[in-house]
Amino acid sequence: MAWVFDEMTGSGDVVRPPYREVQAWLAAHQPAGLRQKSGEAEALFRRAGITFAVYGEEGSDERLIPFDIVPRVLSAGEWRRLAAGIEQRVRALNAFMFDIYHRQEILRAGRVPEDLIVHNSAFLPEMLGADPPRGVYSHVIGVDIVRTGESEFYVLEDNTRTPSGVSYMIENRETMMHMFPELFARVRVAPVDSYPDSLLETLESVAPPGLQRDPVIVLLTPGQFNSAYFEHSFLADEMGIELVEGQDLVVEDGALYMKTTRGLEQVDVVYRRIDDEFLDPLVFRPDSALGVAGLFDVYRAGRVAIVNAPGAGIADDKAIYSYIPEIIEFYTGRPPILRNVPTYNCRRPDHLQYVLEHLAELVVKEVHGSGGYGMLIGPAASRGELDAFRAKLTARPHNYIAQPTLALSTCPTLVEGEIAPRHVDLRPFVLVGDRVRMTPGGLTRVALREGSLVVNSSQGGGTKDTWVMQD
Amino acid sequence: MLGRTASDLFWLSRYVERAESMARLIEVGYRIALRPREGDGHHEEWRSTLTAAGCESGYSQKHASLEARHVVNYMLFEPDNPSSVCSCLARARQNARAQRTAMTAEMWQSLNQMWIDFKDVRPEVGEGNELPELLGWVKQRSALFRGTLLNTILRNDTFYFNQLGTFTERAENTARILNVKYYVLLPQNEIVGGGTDNHQWSAILRSVSAHRSYRWVYKESYRPARIAEYLILNRQMPRSLMSCYDEITSALDDLGRLYGNSAHCHALAEDTRSCLASGQIGPIFQCGLHEFLLDFIRRNHALSDAISRDYHFFE
Repeated sequence: MAWVFDEMTGSGDVVRPPYREVQAWLAAHQPAGLRQKSGEAEALFRRAGITFAVYGEEGSDERLIPFDIVPRVLSAGEWRRLAAGIEQRVRALNAFMFDIYHRQEILRAGRVPEDLIVHNSAFLPEMLGADPPRGVYSHVIGVDIVRTGESEFYVLEDNTRTPSGVSYMIENRETMMHMFPELFARVRVAPVDSYPDSLLETLESVAPPGLQRDPVIVLLTPGQFNSAYFEHSFLADEMGIELVEGQDLVVEDGALYMKTTRGLEQVDVVYRRIDDEFLDPLVFRPDSALGVAGLFDVYRAGRVAIVNAPGAGIADDKAIYSYIPEIIEFYTGRPPILRNVPTYNCRRPDHLQYVLEHLAELVVKEVHGSGGYGMLIGPAASRGELDAFRAKLTARPHNYIAQPTLALSTCPTLVEGEIAPRHVDLRPFVLVGDRVRMTPGGLTRVALREGSLVVNSSQGGGTKDTWVMQD
Repeated sequence: MLGRTASDLFWLSRYVERAESMARLIEVGYRIALRPREGDGHHEEWRSTLTAAGCESGYSQKHASLEARHVVNYMLFEPDNPSSVCSCLARARQNARAQRTAMTAEMWQSLNQMWIDFKDVRPEVGEGNELPELLGWVKQRSALFRGTLLNTILRNDTFYFNQLGTFTERAENTARILNVKYYVLLPQNEIVGGGTDNHQWSAILRSVSAHRSYRWVYKESYRPARIAEYLILNRQMPRSLMSCYDEITSALDDLGRLYGNSAHCHALAEDTRSCLASGQIGPIFQCGLHEFLLDFIRRNHALSDAISRDYHFFE
């Protein structure tokens, strides 16, 4: 990759306008001082217990996500364009899911191949004909966006199941404001702390209709050994709702209840942070101890809302991804505002052929993978790794998609005491209920290793505070 | 509130209180070991320390002989000892982490920081001169947690379940300490009155931080009947059985008002409280101090069970 867009200096040496204050602030600090501040930030995160678990790693059951103190900045104009594109996208995705689980017009019109849906493990036939309140399937969406130039933004994926990271968006800002109050006195940054209120309003707006009381809302977590447990407890606490596990819930007489110190109390909305397959052992995985037996029946009868709805994964399936521009046009009648990354579906023989021939230039992902696991980054791979992947592709082509390796933008980052450019992406969080709600900015993830393009926290990525400047 | 939340809060407060009690018991053992050797005196002291901590059988499975450093290590750091300071803090922190939403940020942070710092303590500290400092630190940090709780927590069921945990545990610890030492408080020992007994009595008082306050309250030198009365019946003494049951019934009354009900545990607690309120130390001695204390510990256990049942801890 010869040329990379830098968030602070663009393509040259001139500081881009949104970064002027950040650049001046960096110039005024010695690297040693910043390093010390970085250590203080780490102690703050550890005391507050802002940690996550890494699967399959022994001896480090709770780890910090590295926090980088150099913020990532977006201008108001840039954000307006992103926000319009994201809103268009999430409306289209929800319309798509409603259609897929009802009349399937888009399949009849031949715009999306039918077998891509019906043979997809993310498609839940149990959801056919079910009517979630307001027709919304994916209420909480994290849209992963990368940038390659001044005005070139691409959507890398839409996380429509149970996206996480929003607590870091909020805590990163808290930490920055705590440590560098003087910086915030000089710039006008859009606040992010209204997210929990927006989430609560969204959850309230999709409660089953006709309730004669305020809806009782709970957050369902797999428990404190889950990697995102901090976020679950953080959000429940911020919203003032109960943080429940499957063992705290029970279905009786066609309704969902939680077991309280005063006996059973009916629950109306479940913001679940467990996967579809664990929701209800009677319908999905019978060995699941995380879910609630009978929950799905209560849901289908319209007596409880589940957020995000079961089956919402069909919209962020990587095999569906390449059809999203079609999907947006089909349901909104307009071309997409935000671009997709060109994608090769290895299930198509012509695409597979191309991928096998250009493997060293491409990024290959598993269709159902997430968290940066099981992917190949061609330009960074050894000959042996390429050969191994070629064999996997030939054996199970339908399991993979491939994309050109994008020159992700870089952002100044404090690494080993020095400021150096590192690749970043952006995950804005968007809420869909009675209307679309968005918090300006999102979570910026940064690949801390030099040259690395993998920003996932499970792969050693870090995070940054993300600023949207106000006009 | 979820039944699981109530259970976790109740036990969280019990564990923090127990960690503090362990530190106090070790402190007493350590002070006595500093005295000139008197036959097997030290060994007996450590044995009764283990008994008061409820750790005697667990210890003897791990160690063949009574040695100060093993005892200290067992009570401070042993992961297989469910009552070691380490185990108590680990479980308290685990409960707190499971119930972040029922705790204030300050409560969580004080407990989390205590756990983070304690994990860094090297076990060798238990053998050296740093021991008193470490024990003082445990007491201070649990006091900090308790103070943070009192200053920041909502006065609703979250508070009441924490109170119930703290005071059932404290009552249990005071009763255990007395029960281990009851024989040195018996009247026939009063005539012995030697230096050793005096020292034993002051050790009992020290283990509940009461050796000075006793003088202020009674204006006289240590006497066994007075010490027993002080730790069982005296309302001024914040670790006495009476004080603990005042707090327990008060928390249960508040809980009953909040929930608009009254359950089996209310009757049990009120029964014990009124026994203590009308009790006199003379008759207690006549009927047998040991029997009285065993009966109290039984009642206290029954109360803890009744609270779990009445408030659906495990259903």
